[in-house]
Amino acid sequence: MSGDNPNLVRMSWDPITRIVGSLGLHTTIDFANRRVVECHSTSSIFRGYSIFMKGKDPRDAHFITSRICGICGDNHATCAVYAQNMAFGVRPPALADWIINLGEAAEYMFDHNLYQDNLVGVDFCEQMIRETNPSVLARAETTSAPHAAIHGYRTIADIMQALNPFTGTFYREALQMSRLSREMFCLMEGRHVHPSTLYPGGIGTVPSVQLFTEYQVRLMKYAEFLKRAVPLHDDLFDFFYDALPGYEEVGRRRVLLGCWGAFNNPGACDFTYARMNEWGRAMHVTPGIVVDGELITTDLVEINLGIRILLGSSFYDDWQDGETFVRTDPLGNPVDQRHPWNQTTSPRPQKRDFQGNYTWVMSPRWFDRRTNAHLALDTGGGPLARFWVTALARLVDIGYIKATGSGVKIYLPKTMTMPEVEFEWKIPRWNNTLERDRARTYFQAYAAAAALYFIERALEEVHAGRTKTWSEFKVPEEAIGCGFHEAVRGLLSHHVVIRQGKIANYHPYPPTCWNASPRDSFGTPGPYEDAVLSTPIFEENGPDGFKGIDIMRTLRSFDPCMPCGVHMYLGNGREISVQHSPTFGMQLVSGKAT
Amino acid sequence: MDQASVPYGRKTQRPPVIPAIDILWITAGLGCDGDTIAMTSATQPSIEDLVLGAIPGIPRVSFHNPVLAYAVGDDFLRTFELAAEGNLDPFILVIEGSIPNERNKNEGYWAALGTDRATGQPITTCEWIDRLAPRAWAVMAAGTCSAYGGIHAMLGNPTGCMGLPDYMGWGWKSKAGIPIVCVPGCPIQPDNFMETLLYLLRQAAGQAPMISLDEELRPTWLFSQTVHEGCDRAGYYEQADFAEAYGSIKCIVKQGCWGPVVQCNVGKRGWMDGIGGCPNVGGVCIGCTMPGFPDKFMPFLEEPPGAKLSRTAVVTYGRTVRALRNFTKASLNKEPEWRGK
Repeated sequence: MSGDNPNLVRMSWDPITRIVGSLGLHTTIDFANRRVVECHSTSSIFRGYSIFMKGKDPRDAHFITSRICGICGDNHATCAVYAQNMAFGVRPPALADWIINLGEAAEYMFDHNLYQDNLVGVDFCEQMIRETNPSVLARAETTSAPHAAIHGYRTIADIMQALNPFTGTFYREALQMSRLSREMFCLMEGRHVHPSTLYPGGIGTVPSVQLFTEYQVRLMKYAEFLKRAVPLHDDLFDFFYDALPGYEEVGRRRVLLGCWGAFNNPGACDFTYARMNEWGRAMHVTPGIVVDGELITTDLVEINLGIRILLGSSFYDDWQDGETFVRTDPLGNPVDQRHPWNQTTSPRPQKRDFQGNYTWVMSPRWFDRRTNAHLALDTGGGPLARFWVTALARLVDIGYIKATGSGVKIYLPKTMTMPEVEFEWKIPRWNNTLERDRARTYFQAYAAAAALYFIERALEEVHAGRTKTWSEFKVPEEAIGCGFHEAVRGLLSHHVVIRQGKIANYHPYPPTCWNASPRDSFGTPGPYEDAVLSTPIFEENGPDGFKGIDIMRTLRSFDPCMPCGVHMYLGNGREISVQHSPTFGMQLVSGKAT
Repeated sequence: MDQASVPYGRKTQRPPVIPAIDILWITAGLGCDGDTIAMTSATQPSIEDLVLGAIPGIPRVSFHNPVLAYAVGDDFLRTFELAAEGNLDPFILVIEGSIPNERNKNEGYWAALGTDRATGQPITTCEWIDRLAPRAWAVMAAGTCSAYGGIHAMLGNPTGCMGLPDYMGWGWKSKAGIPIVCVPGCPIQPDNFMETLLYLLRQAAGQAPMISLDEELRPTWLFSQTVHEGCDRAGYYEQADFAEAYGSIKCIVKQGCWGPVVQCNVGKRGWMDGIGGCPNVGGVCIGCTMPGFPDKFMPFLEEPPGAKLSRTAVVTYGRTVRALRNFTKASLNKEPEWRGK
């Protein structure tokens, strides 16, 4: 029990399971008003990539940084290769970019699939709903699934049953499909999750006809699966809005979304910094930032220059007076001392103290020149921001995919037993838990449709006899580079400084650092805290047997990737009447990604 | 079922000596969870094969891994607490990630799992290992980090981390007399790990003798051969036909491949169901299964110093046999002369 109010109960979950890595959550819940009033989230890993990479050969950066993450390591390796290409001044043959795009498309399909249906899905399974919301389960048993004819599950409860771990049929099918898509990945990048064939300058994969045959045949099986999986998830998530009025408030926060772009277009991308705006806008997932529903930029140079790494309450020494590695970017624009190029990482391990320093993570922010605000962007778990930015930018139009301004149309041709399908993801009314989860399903279809296009482009190269996949380069004595990509769970950047042919500074910024960032030195809280503190409690259990399912769903909707290690601390007990204020008395501490 | 209806063949089935066993998997070393994720891609056997009892004669398996667990928080840790207190027996302890040196600083922690309710401070991964390992039926190191330190033990690292045998002692044996079982790989080749686990389950069932491990505690049947010995590009090496750039189908030893001296079966087994791999599909072997990884293999994209010598040594032989084989091949590409065209 907490304080004087007998309705305030301390509740802890440590570790939070069914995410990648270890995350703990320590909350105070007001059961009378069914609200979370206090929340500390903790995790506890520090490895020191930015420290042990110093002095290493810059060509090794992608092999090393892949090991940051065990579920999307290839996203890191790819992002590192993009940064290497810029630093080394090398442009890979077009075929190499198409092969990497096919690998990354398979990664999105695999990872979203495994995470959605084997990890997140358990929060929506029959066993869980029976334990947390028996009345919802009763309703689900009598609610017909609108798309039953397509996916084969008659009622919503049948879908929930199919999501039960290991015994559920859809759970097992998804697990098997996640292997099929990983085989597709291994065809293009050699191994999952730390690829073997990626190199600066291109790829070592042999671009035979067989390579694309083996990928395409698997892709069409996956597309057939998606034709059932997308409507199945729509049925499930729509049911929650109907069964629990007000559920749109669960995990809701302001629309502050960032996406750093994915799937380079080799026709435009020469990996030069000077033309980064141009080739960034040619990507097949558009980079950009959405603030309160408005797309404020799609310019990667502007995005790059706006990145600031702030300290809040972290276990590090400040570097404000430290070395400035990069004073101006290659276009002559000034680079801030708090930009990743200029960051110096000096860890100071110490006791966890929620009144003082309590985290290994820093606070990445994006400096908005219009308002002088340091924006705490989130990624919507990845897909939500990718869709939102791409939809508003209206730049992607590749036949299989078209951004319309209000949504994104996705076309999948006929498969073995299913006719052609056009899905449309529409910009939702809320940035909330269910919409993050829904976007994750739709983005698998986006990745599959994009892969169909990439196969065509790749085969064009092969058929024309342009089968070179790698361009020669020399490592310069002095250089800088940056890579922008979308890790599965959201925006990803790598910044490298090379001196005397060695790595002088290297700072990767993965999505979880943004999503789970702590209250920064300006007092701005990070995304998880808005989302968790605004979350009403719909679970039917009281303090005894409380599972915190609505909180778990919210945290998992961001797809936390905790090798990034997160420590979050939200406030220290306060009047319940002011808890809606997104900035009131909250502090969030997040683990360091790397 | 009455006696008459018992199938004739049932006498082939023997109940396992150990009827049920828990698998406690800790991912909270200094790692990336990549070994757990890789495990979910295994098919020989798959995780559901073990959990749902698809392999005959092995103990019933209860699997506790944070990435796949239904339970959260205390509910999840209860199993680990029970095991640490001696109230859960038998169990196999799997450790993923390298083990930090928590004594190389004045305070704080590098790696932890769960919170100590008495102090409010995190429970370090080292404490869990110290409490659980002595009670385990067997201890497995999943991946190179946990086996030998791996990438996070690279020169210049701040955490002083190391592999499980360095932490617990190379001569350590479980209460069942089993040494630490290391399955290296960054990450584990999925089927290598699951097959090793299956072997231990067969051993627990009384179906198999003591697992055979080499001096580096690796299963001998998986890690005795080099990558090169199983590589489908080794024929190019034999014929002294070396790639000059990445993306070639030829031997990539000049591009930095360490395959000739690295113990790993990826060339033969591929990565998943025979798909993918390393040099066999165009990726240089960077030695990720080896105790010397990564430092002894860096920079990864330089030709290994020893390779230059051995590569030069095969040139005369290789070019000669290649020429002879081309001659024979040309002849074999023609139908016998008595067949009409």
